[in-house]
Amino acid sequence: MELLRFATAGSVDDGKSTLIGRLLYDSKQIFEDQWDAVERVSRDRGEGYTNLALLTDGLRAEREQGITIDVAYRYFATPKRKFIIADTPGHVQYTRNMVTGASMADLALILVDARMGIQEQSRRHAILTTLLRVPHIVLCVNKMDLVDYSEDVFESIKEEFAEFAAKLETGDLSFVPISALNGDNVVTRSVNMPWYEGASLLHLLEDVYIASDRNLIDARFPVQYVIRPMSDDYHDYRGYAGTVAGGVFKKGDPVVVLPSGFTSHITSIDTADGPVDEAFPPMSVTIRLDDDIDVSRGSMICRPRNQPQVGQDIDAMICWMSELRSLKAGDRFTIKHTTQVARTVVKDLTYRLDVNTLHRHEGVPELKLNEMGRVTLRTTVPLFFDEYRRNRLTGSFILIDEATNTTVGAGMILGAP
Amino acid sequence: MHYTLTHLRALEAEAIHIFREVAAEFEKPVLLFSGGKDSIVMLQVARKAFHPAKIPFPLMHIDTGHNFEEVIEYRDRRVEQLGCRLVVASVQESIDKGRVVEDPRPGASRNQLQTTTLLDAIEENGFDAVFGGARRDEEKARAKERVYSFRDDFGQWDPKNQRPELWSLYNGRHRPGEHIRVFPLSNWTELDIWQYIAEENIPLPPIYFAHRRPVYLSRGMLMAVHKVAPAPENTEVFEALVRYRTVGDASCTAAIESTADTVEKVIAEVAATRITERGATRADDRVSEAAMEDRKKLGYF
Ligand SMILES: Nc1nc2c(ncn2[C@@H]2O[C@H](COP(=O)(O)OP(=O)(O)OP(=O)(O)O)[C@@H](O)[C@H]2O)c(=O)[nH]1
Ligand SMILES: [Mg+2]
Repeated sequence: MELLRFATAGSVDDGKSTLIGRLLYDSKQIFEDQWDAVERVSRDRGEGYTNLALLTDGLRAEREQGITIDVAYRYFATPKRKFIIADTPGHVQYTRNMVTGASMADLALILVDARMGIQEQSRRHAILTTLLRVPHIVLCVNKMDLVDYSEDVFESIKEEFAEFAAKLETGDLSFVPISALNGDNVVTRSVNMPWYEGASLLHLLEDVYIASDRNLIDARFPVQYVIRPMSDDYHDYRGYAGTVAGGVFKKGDPVVVLPSGFTSHITSIDTADGPVDEAFPPMSVTIRLDDDIDVSRGSMICRPRNQPQVGQDIDAMICWMSELRSLKAGDRFTIKHTTQVARTVVKDLTYRLDVNTLHRHEGVPELKLNEMGRVTLRTTVPLFFDEYRRNRLTGSFILIDEATNTTVGAGMILGAP
Repeated sequence: MHYTLTHLRALEAEAIHIFREVAAEFEKPVLLFSGGKDSIVMLQVARKAFHPAKIPFPLMHIDTGHNFEEVIEYRDRRVEQLGCRLVVASVQESIDKGRVVEDPRPGASRNQLQTTTLLDAIEENGFDAVFGGARRDEEKARAKERVYSFRDDFGQWDPKNQRPELWSLYNGRHRPGEHIRVFPLSNWTELDIWQYIAEENIPLPPIYFAHRRPVYLSRGMLMAVHKVAPAPENTEVFEALVRYRTVGDASCTAAIESTADTVEKVIAEVAATRITERGATRADDRVSEAAMEDRKKLGYF
């Protein structure tokens, strides 16, 4: 069975957690003891109906405040697919947790409250999902029950969002009118909205085509770990372990190893279950080469005729995630990119992106918590990278604050300056 | 060519990636191995991650002394087969040293006490990365935890202030005295675990399969008669066909009635079950709404 990862997004209280609760409940994925607990809590609080958001809002503070603070990961399966859900917070203060949940998603569900229309936070999340290159976006116009299931309301929100999205580089975009609370168009088509002719949300999730979202062209293998058993049975064994980040590697392929630039051939692609003929993303394998050349953690194995960019200067979009410090030109950080760790200095903060207007504010002094902008970085060692738009794994990095060790920035590479 | 992996192989690849990342970046990792099914699967994936070399870190068992004998036998056999080093950290020793005080009532669980033993062992051995087999589908607080879960120098988890964790770029930076709990099976469900056990043909301790044993009812759950969990007076002891869904401390892990005596039958049973594994079998989680979150904050698994 195929795995689909999706994340929720949207402004606070638009009904993300309720929708996930509904999806799990209606597809019969909620266990009786979980349901009993949620019913009990709802009743104790005197709520008029069972609060489905409690199925995912698992932290004490979340239940007390009735909001989501951090991502909850939930799992469910239908006969067609297996799903990993990241239910993310809408509150602007916790945007970094939304980014955490969306970074690996194949699809994002952006919710909008039908009564409120597109909010600043809906736009911010739409921009973030686009920057993160989540390949499929479904805009769910929620709480349709509160607007009399009005087609006009749905159409006008749809139009407004489509207009905004046209300025972004969104991938595949679809629209569904729903009521997460009542279940309209969530698992089955709603009788309350006969004017809607599309599929229910669950059908959409089951059918969206994701196999072509991966990059199977540019072969990239960042070396994670060198395996040297030093045992009698495997005396001279030397294998390069890692996860394929792009393309397809085959036994016998000519390869080049960066940074040395030496070339060799793949003699074997090993797994604990025996050698395989080919390796593709996201397989974790061990590659052996027929020459004894210098390869270690941080090296990149690729094809001689298709190499990533190599350099110490990169342009990138940054999503800033720290409330303790801002990002300014001249700041230094630790950077983690594929399996390389280096230091970096911010050469230039080119602009800050306004999440409402998409205006690029040049000459700003800093990026603050939850702001996005474009920077030029210089790193202490060359990185082997692709544009993020071509490869999410070789095009992404994180910035780590050297005093506190926390992750303060998420970067998506645009290219060399 | 289609170039897709099944969901089990995708989950396995993700876990292998995490093992290698930790082995490459940390000084002294350790893998918590209890002999329970999740840690058995975790160990299997660890072996695969470094094949044909041996697993480059030791295993550790937090031994409550309240074990099922079958599980300890299994543990020792598996450790010997793999040629790993096993560190046993004993709750009894923590009690003897006065680090913790045991609840004197008969049948009391040592579950809470394990946290101190675990944190002491991490500190004494200087472990900086601790692999745990916890899954996010087990419990609502676990559903919130990162793959790399940062612990301060008191071993505490701060659920409201977790590090962002993007793509497969894990941040394991920490200061001396702090450590990272690492959960390679975060995204696996109970059903995934069983399907993987079937696909990989992994042997398990026999108590995971239906067998007859003397039990008694305690708060609606079937408890095995065991030296650490004797039946309270005036409680009827009867023989039942049972198996275990989770394996923990014998004093607080309940059995379920089951006729599933093969992996295939267990899978069918798990796929049809309507109760979570912890809800069905763990007395320790029933204490309060946020029992797991509270224990995790203090440094629990
Ligand atoms: N009438 C109606 N109410 C809804 C619907 N969906 C959600 N709600 C209510 O909206 C409120 C907020 O729902 P949540 O699911 O917690 O919202 P959220 O988007 O997860 O909020 P954050 O995670 O904090 O950003 C709750 O009171 C829900 O019951 C809907 O379709 N119709
Ligand atoms: Mg929510």
